[in-house]
Amino acid sequence: MSLLTIENLSLTIHGTPILKDVSMRVEAGRILGVIGESGSGKSMTAFSVLQLLPHGAACCGRIELSEQDLLAAGEEELCGLRGKEVGMVFQEPMTALNPLQTIGAQVAETILVHERVSRAEAMTRAAEALRRAELPEEKFPLSRYPHELSGGQRQRVVIAMAIALRPKLLIADEPTTALDVTTQAQILALLKRLVSEDGMGLMLISHDLAVVADLADELVIMRTGEVVESGSAYHLFRNMQHPYSRALLQASGHVPERSGGAQEVPLLEVRNVVREYQTHLHGWWGKTTQFRAVDDVSFEIRKGESLGLVGESGCGKSTLTRAILGLEEVQKGEILFDGEPVIDEHHANREVRRRMQVVFQDPYGSFNPRWRVDRLITEPYHLLDAPPLGAARDEAIAEALENVGLSVDDRKKYIHEFSGGQRQRIAIARALIIRPDLIILDEAVSALDVSVRAQVLDLLADLGGKYGLTYLFISHDLSVVRSITERVLVMNSGRIVEEGPTDRVFDEPENDYTKQLVAAAPVLPADVA
Amino acid sequence: MLQYFLKRLLSLGLSLVAASILIFLALEVVPGDPAAYMLGINAQEDTLNALREQLGLNGTILQRYLSWAGGLLVGDFGTSYTYRTPVSELIGERLWVSLPLALYALTLSTMIAFPAGIWAASRRGSLVDTGVMGVTQLGVAIPNFWFAMLMVLVFAINLRWFSAGGFPGWDAGFLAGMKALTLPAIALALPQASILTRVMRSSLLDTLGEDFIRSARAKGLTKGQAMWRHALRNALIPVLTIMGLQFSFLLAGAIIIENVFYLPGLGRLVFQAISSRDLIVVESVVMLLVFAVIVVNFAVDLAYALVDPRLRRRR
Repeated sequence: MSLLTIENLSLTIHGTPILKDVSMRVEAGRILGVIGESGSGKSMTAFSVLQLLPHGAACCGRIELSEQDLLAAGEEELCGLRGKEVGMVFQEPMTALNPLQTIGAQVAETILVHERVSRAEAMTRAAEALRRAELPEEKFPLSRYPHELSGGQRQRVVIAMAIALRPKLLIADEPTTALDVTTQAQILALLKRLVSEDGMGLMLISHDLAVVADLADELVIMRTGEVVESGSAYHLFRNMQHPYSRALLQASGHVPERSGGAQEVPLLEVRNVVREYQTHLHGWWGKTTQFRAVDDVSFEIRKGESLGLVGESGCGKSTLTRAILGLEEVQKGEILFDGEPVIDEHHANREVRRRMQVVFQDPYGSFNPRWRVDRLITEPYHLLDAPPLGAARDEAIAEALENVGLSVDDRKKYIHEFSGGQRQRIAIARALIIRPDLIILDEAVSALDVSVRAQVLDLLADLGGKYGLTYLFISHDLSVVRSITERVLVMNSGRIVEEGPTDRVFDEPENDYTKQLVAAAPVLPADVA
Repeated sequence: MLQYFLKRLLSLGLSLVAASILIFLALEVVPGDPAAYMLGINAQEDTLNALREQLGLNGTILQRYLSWAGGLLVGDFGTSYTYRTPVSELIGERLWVSLPLALYALTLSTMIAFPAGIWAASRRGSLVDTGVMGVTQLGVAIPNFWFAMLMVLVFAINLRWFSAGGFPGWDAGFLAGMKALTLPAIALALPQASILTRVMRSSLLDTLGEDFIRSARAKGLTKGQAMWRHALRNALIPVLTIMGLQFSFLLAGAIIIENVFYLPGLGRLVFQAISSRDLIVVESVVMLLVFAVIVVNFAVDLAYALVDPRLRRRR
């Protein structure tokens, strides 16, 4: 008898079908990986189990937890199960905790809701749950507030909340997607340990095949609300039947074909750059200290090269990007673009600025929602002294859109009419329209689904060859950097700790930090990829 | 926390100084000589000069500002040109009408807005929600002096439950005083309560959509528990901001309402003082209002820190 049985589950929200005939099982002490891209219905399946669905949702089918029918259960019964029998961990640790309550109070609440115990006892047990989630009380007192913890630490608090009552089933919805690779590895190890210690069943939802490959015993692959394939993880990875599963597997290891190569001439030279910020400490008039975000960094990018910059959050890569773009001045050192300084007399050098463009991570936030596409992508024209007008402008817009695989008719649309991948294409069109030499891609594909990501990477490789572009590819995702760059820099605490050809750095890392990073990155089994 | 407090205190002091300078300069450029106004058009030049001297109207701007501001610091507001009594006494008497009125109105508006906002938010999209939103829309749209007159018509003239205006003084008893302030307080509170209800509702709805509410529900809390334990305090921050701003509206709005109800409060005092060029009274009352607004906002800042632990550590 399975711990959790979902059979022929269908879900509609305000009449729109979300799930169709979904079936899966979670066994006690085993890990079920649920894989799918955005819109596949994997999160909604999870929410259906707890019946925490949005307004207007209607379920039919069967969901049983140890023979108890959850779809027939009343709200009161469900409240008794949530947190006690079924725990849940969410994707976004930064917002999953109440900012106004201490971590101790929030973990203790799980206990207080379900059991008649004193507050003091609940706190003691909360401390124990936090310790099991590897946040010992000595280092992380219960009186801490969420904002005093890092993302990984907050996720441990969320896990502690979910496991405080040792539930039979834990549902983790993209628990590590928002975290750095090394933190991700630790959190996944923690989940695995808890499963084996408690004999708990784990439903691990992810978009990342590699994350699940390491951990899951069974696997379910979902697409647009349906299960396309399921089975034991070992078997399924080696013997995928459904074309979608295979496409997904291929896309996650996709390596775009690139033409052209680096010349020996440097395009961008960064020399001994230091960028410091003042941080305020507590105390009377707020003693200030210097925080070195970028610490004596030097490197160069050659013309036509594709250079990767990897590092975890807070390592200084964004600060460095801003400095290269001339958005911020540096305290020491210099940044030269084709021999010209990027900052001239405290202002961004326009001559240089028009030759580099940037594409950011968030395809939603980096566009003005009230502008049409033609106006959005011609924004960089303000860098030109004589921007093309009239027919020339229309032609440039059409060419830019066609270059990124969109149609000329899209120019009068608004940004909300496009999908995430299309928006990122528009961002690339915007960068491309003034024919820059260097494009900085700041986590440009991180928010995209694997299959869309593969297409965008192909597009970038194509355009790179066509226009002789130079790329600076900034990412925390090692596999992406590996697939599109020939040389890579590894950054840690403001310093470049390792530099070299991408394959060499990832296959035989020399620096300890790089070794850690490479070891932590989830990979598909060798015989699969 | 102490640092936060001290920094707020410093900014409070600076705001007061800046406000006093602005008020003083604004009234400097207003045309009309108080001395000439008091003595009438036939006054002799030397009498005028003597009066100006007596009123302290001669001397440089800086001298006059310093003597006025210095007086304020020690509680000496000067002497009213028309009443010939110390301004502090005039204000003192009237403050006992205006302050209770503002507090009464604030209490009413909070007592209406909190439950109504919470009720509407917890039943989003229902008939209750639509009803509350409709009524508050009306409440925001209706001018409060018109509503005041309407209430006088209904409750004072037709039903004779309240008197149409005037204030018996606190000597007549607390209840009699409160009764006289009830209609004005309702008139003042209505638009404020409507705005506050809407802010409360939308802030609560935003908070209810947050991830940590989902976390709370996943722990096994009911919808109601999640709202009371997790959403409400988080939703309070924008509500506090609006309440702080509203207090100044209540004080300023009282100028009109006090005139509608013939209440001997600060609003009527400043109204009369303006029409008789009693600049010293105008300056002092306006300064007092500014002081009240700044102090209330200071209190709101402190309340933020109490509500939100993230602010306690901030620079």
